[in-house]
Amino acid sequence: MAFLKLEHVSHLYFSNKTYTKALDDISLSINRGEFISILGSSGCGKSTLLSIIAGIIKQTKGNVLLNNIPLHQSDYVLGYMLQQDYLFPWKRIIDNVLIGLKVQKKVSKKTRQKALKLLDEVGLPHLEDTFPNELSGGMRQRVALVRTLITNPEILLLDEPFSALDYQTKLKLEDLVYRLLKQYHKTAILVTHDIGEAISLSDRIILMDTNPGRISTIIDVPKVLREEKPFLVRRQPSYQQLFDHIWASLNRGSETNGSKET
Amino acid sequence: MGAKKHELKLFKAYQQNIIRERKWTFCWQIILFISFFILWELSSRFYWIDPLLFSSPLKVMTLLIEKFKDGSMIVHTQVTLFETILGFIIGTILGIIIATFLWLFPRFAKIMDPYLVILNAMPKVALGPIIIVALGPGYTSIIAMGAIVSIIITTIVVYTGFKEVDPNYLKVLQSFRATRWTCFKEAIFPATLPVMISTLKVNVGLAWVGVIVGEFLVSKEGLGYLIVYGFQVFDFTLVMSSLVLIAICAAVMYKMVEKLENMLIIKN
Ligand SMILES: Nc1ncnc2c1ncn2[C@@H]1O[C@H](COP(=O)(O)OP(=O)(O)OP(=O)(O)O)[C@@H](O)[C@H]1O
Ligand SMILES: [Mg+2]
Repeated sequence: MAFLKLEHVSHLYFSNKTYTKALDDISLSINRGEFISILGSSGCGKSTLLSIIAGIIKQTKGNVLLNNIPLHQSDYVLGYMLQQDYLFPWKRIIDNVLIGLKVQKKVSKKTRQKALKLLDEVGLPHLEDTFPNELSGGMRQRVALVRTLITNPEILLLDEPFSALDYQTKLKLEDLVYRLLKQYHKTAILVTHDIGEAISLSDRIILMDTNPGRISTIIDVPKVLREEKPFLVRRQPSYQQLFDHIWASLNRGSETNGSKET
Repeated sequence: MGAKKHELKLFKAYQQNIIRERKWTFCWQIILFISFFILWELSSRFYWIDPLLFSSPLKVMTLLIEKFKDGSMIVHTQVTLFETILGFIIGTILGIIIATFLWLFPRFAKIMDPYLVILNAMPKVALGPIIIVALGPGYTSIIAMGAIVSIIITTIVVYTGFKEVDPNYLKVLQSFRATRWTCFKEAIFPATLPVMISTLKVNVGLAWVGVIVGEFLVSKEGLGYLIVYGFQVFDFTLVMSSLVLIAICAAVMYKMVEKLENMLIIKN
């Protein structure tokens, strides 16, 4: 049975003079423990989709169901890592990390310990007492990741979480996120522009069209790749095949779009 | 080695230049200050201005010393200071509280919008007589006057500040299912602290206006009362003395708020 279900979800952004159709008729079922990636060109509505699932904006049409219950009535914990880090500049790193737990009134000595451990694992030891403006973009992104992970969400929504990182750190964090998710059997939706990242982490990959944002293809990642660790996936022979396939599909998508406009 | 020495010399020269500039400015400020009082004294002595109306610095000083010795001036100063400080604090805090309500209840804010505009445009001191009728002639009315001049403008400035906070901070909190009040506490309020601090400086000046006008209208004590009283009995030395005291007190209070502001900004 589907854990997270989107039924004909559409979204319009309104302004005083006009409106934009960001999403058009998105239907999707995601099982518990599944890892989904979303690929699509800039402006196709990926962030909008995540914000709807996170319950931050309300879709103009359609339903979002969690365990068959409408999203805003369910009490599942969702973790949403926004495209920009939005760390609070007036809070120390540790307080930034713990803000989710504070909102949920769950801060304790144990969670503090856990926060320090996670910060250490993402490669930011001994920085808990500094302020965000003392960190680099990549460091801030990692703090934002820890802030999302620490609340132990049932569904993890990640909007380009590794975009500001160097290749090595990125691979290390992919491994970490993958490990945590599999260990606790958590569900995740990842938005990325990196085809390799999508392949190496996910069970299924969703390709989106632009104008209006729509699902064009859903690709099942082969079992051999699914069961391998992210870092090792990239060495499998079928990886390259899938990569080329996705690459071609994305290109086709942008070409048809281009021809429509001219 | 030689190059480094040369650089150091240039740096020293630069520092000295700054110090010299500062001394020079200060010197001129003092000269201006002294010459103002000398000119005032001389023009009064030689009847270039009417000494009965404009008094003279020496007379003002003698009066101040005498009144401070018998303690009466201390009482008046204390009363006015007390009213001003209280008016200032109440005005600022109430303004921030109202702004908070406006932010917490957006519908309420929309309804209130035109009324805030009208209240803001209105010269608050014109409400003086009504306040006195409502609250009775006494400290309460005068403190209310001190507060009322700053409440509305504080509300508007702080509320605008609240609204200008990047909504993405709220998104972060909403993703954790925070209530609106939690969003306010964790994001809106701390993000707007600099705005609130900057209203303090404005409000200090406004509180003085309200309190002095209030004292003009009703009081039996205070520096504003002394001005009116002096005017009625044609004792302009008393009027001038009160003005001098008000200038000193207002400047000291302003400086103190400025210090507080710096302290708060550094802390954040
Ligand atoms: N707050 C908003 N108001 C109006 N229009 C918006 C708003 N946010 C997004 N849009 C529009 O909706 C569309 C989808 O935006 P969205 O941010 O979801 O794209 P995206 O796929 O995340 O892009 P990117 O890869 O660049 O992050 C775009 O056309 C954008 O202009
Ligand atoms: Mg986006």
